[in-house]
Amino acid sequence: MSETLEAPAMRTTEAPPIVEARGVSRRFAKTLDFAAKLARRLGVKVREEVVHAVDGVDLAIRRGEVVGLVGESGCGKSTLGRMIAGILPPSDGVILSHGRDLRSLDGPEARRVKLATQMIFQDPYASLNPRLKVEEIVGEAPLVHGLARRSELAAYVDEQLRRAGLDPALKKRYPHQFSGGQRQRIGIARALAVQPDFLVCDEAVAALDVSIQAQILNLFMKLRKELDLTYLFISHDLGVVEHLSDRVVIMYLGRVVEEAPAEEVFRSPNHPYTQALLAEVPRIDARKRSFAGVQGEIPSPLNPPSGCHFHPRCPHAMERCKLERPALKAIAPGRRSACHLNDLA
Amino acid sequence: MTPPTLEVRNLRTHFFTRAGVVKAVDDVSFTVERGKVLGLVGESGSGKTVTGFSILGLVDPPGRITGGQILFKGTDLATLSEAQMRDLRGNRIAMIFQDPMMTLNPVLRIDTQMIETVLAHARVSRAEARQRARDALGQVGIPSPEERLAAYPHQFSGGMRQRVAIAIALLHKPDLIIADEPTTALDVTIQGQILAEAQKLCTQYGTALIWITHDLSVVAGLADDIAVMYAGKVAESGPVSEVLDAPLHPYTRGLIGSVPSRNHRGAPLSQIPGMTPSLLNLPPGCAFRARCPRAEARCAEPPPFAEYLPGRHARCIHPHLAEVAAA
Ligand SMILES: Nc1ncnc2c1ncn2[C@@H]1O[C@H](COP(=O)(O)OP(=O)(O)OP(=O)(O)O)[C@@H](O)[C@H]1O
Ligand SMILES: Nc1ncnc2c1ncn2[C@@H]1O[C@H](COP(=O)(O)OP(=O)(O)O)[C@@H](O)[C@H]1O
Ligand code: SF4
Ligand code: SF4
Ligand SMILES: [Mg+2]
Ligand SMILES: [Mg+2]
Repeated sequence: MSETLEAPAMRTTEAPPIVEARGVSRRFAKTLDFAAKLARRLGVKVREEVVHAVDGVDLAIRRGEVVGLVGESGCGKSTLGRMIAGILPPSDGVILSHGRDLRSLDGPEARRVKLATQMIFQDPYASLNPRLKVEEIVGEAPLVHGLARRSELAAYVDEQLRRAGLDPALKKRYPHQFSGGQRQRIGIARALAVQPDFLVCDEAVAALDVSIQAQILNLFMKLRKELDLTYLFISHDLGVVEHLSDRVVIMYLGRVVEEAPAEEVFRSPNHPYTQALLAEVPRIDARKRSFAGVQGEIPSPLNPPSGCHFHPRCPHAMERCKLERPALKAIAPGRRSACHLNDLA
Repeated sequence: MTPPTLEVRNLRTHFFTRAGVVKAVDDVSFTVERGKVLGLVGESGSGKTVTGFSILGLVDPPGRITGGQILFKGTDLATLSEAQMRDLRGNRIAMIFQDPMMTLNPVLRIDTQMIETVLAHARVSRAEARQRARDALGQVGIPSPEERLAAYPHQFSGGMRQRVAIAIALLHKPDLIIADEPTTALDVTIQGQILAEAQKLCTQYGTALIWITHDLSVVAGLADDIAVMYAGKVAESGPVSEVLDAPLHPYTRGLIGSVPSRNHRGAPLSQIPGMTPSLLNLPPGCAFRARCPRAEARCAEPPPFAEYLPGRHARCIHPHLAEVAAA
């Protein structure tokens, strides 16, 4: 393993949390998808309800670590990520950023704390203003927030672009003149320009081709070392998460079900859901294997199963699992899991 | 000897756009035997979907098949009438799209859609057709298929919609299924279920499968053979294990190195420099040469698609033969 990962990983055990979620929940009035809207327009009855996108999550991210957040579509990863980044207020609970409750801050201090966390999205195009040149996209925020003087802005922007692996000669161009991978680099340069120490990356490489994805992943790892960054890395791609993370957090239907150092969770997952998830991951070194699939459907977050949300699909479910929500408990140093089986041992 | 289920020879499909000729598929050849799975991989824009559409005869203007042959169980599809082609589609050859709503009609109940599909190609009673529809839903693992038949597509999750689309593709137990990134939008646990169904299909009915994807890990687990596309051409093809263990083509090698794998946790990934070229007015010669670590002057000439080892083709004048010998 590379030295670059060892050093920060060792330090993380004592480091204070850079951001912490305490008992955080978020509810939404469920919006209809395209098929449902169309059906409703044609007279089919479709109900509107409340979704518990995130349901009572505690999570601490320590300075210098890379935390991978995984789980199936709709389990609440992006919602949790946006709350942690301070761009979506929780319905319940608190988010502490750099030790401060985001709600209690205002004025320049609130701005400083907010800038310290930046978010990188899956679709960089949607988040880049199409009418601005790259130099404006990257230079706008540092100028407004007084991080660079106008006289030195050009050099400052060049530096951010170079860091993100873009030739500064391209800075007079508009976003549509770039490929997907290059647009992601523009998004990264824009985030770096406000000198954050914490990046929330939400499916940041999901839209990219494999060879371009490798370029961006390498860039994230290089920046971590150079700028001493902390990451929350949201991805449905377990291969990517395993490659990059020090610690992995697994969500199922709005709740954290397991949390562990990356190497341990991939070697010996504790929670039955994590076990099922990892068993299904296709791997390039597993040839002509037989797939099985986790039984049953991912339940709707509108109407989640009682007790342990996973019980209808769990091969080990017991009576208690239908009745009682399992708490996320320590099962070993640095490892937590939310499963009643751990009480039997 | 029975001919293979599908044989594609030197297929060319070009789009004659105002900006110029897009050679989306340009000299593509591969064979799929009965009961076997071919993984067709490549980055976006490499021509995978257009290859699938060409086989089905679904290329619309300004696109046109400009060369080559498509032999389905020995019959050249170019010799068939439009009516014969229509009968083949959905009956003997089926396609599964990335978006199941390409197959499903949002305003019709599942049973209506499935029964119509059965009746389109089989002379059976409505009751018999309904029975077949129910069995197909059960086969793809949809619980309580009888009740589900009365549902509309929006009442299903993404994964279930895709399974309904697959069930529809299965209705006539086709000889060939072309699946275009059918699990790309799905979660791993649901993807596992669908891959399991695909495997069952090949072994039980001898269906030949073309599985189009950009995910090498899925191909590794599912396919017998692999064809790697780059810029409209097959860069390399052969048995999956041989190609993934010891690729001949520098592009295949780069692609495999880009996949995060457990052995190299945290180490920098090997990356292919640059990006995929535009297929519009592509210059002659090897399309990979601007990104290739082994490029030399001769690569400005079009490299032949040569069989360097038994069953293993590569479009490269300087393939990794020494590494293959050492592997
Ligand atoms: N603004 C919103 N309004 C209504 N519902 C929402 C909103 N945002 C998210 N949801 C719902 O909350 C749940 C969690 O969504 P979220 O986007 O956090 O999932 P995710 O884990 O990021 O999924 P994916 O892997 O598909 O990105 C889903 O059921 C989603 O439909
Ligand atoms: N209708 C069309 N008109 C012009 N070009 C097209 C059309 N359809 C596809 N292409 C081009 O053909 C090439 C291959 O496309 P496609 O087969 O969809 O790629 P893939 O499925 O491998 O991502 C791309 O360059 C694409 O832009
Ligand atoms: S609590 Fe029960 S149902 Fe939930 S994962 Fe554990 S054993 Fe399975
Ligand atoms: S033909 Fe030349 S440029 Fe093309 S892949 Fe082979 S060595 Fe590289
Ligand atoms: Mg999301
Ligand atoms: Mg495609």
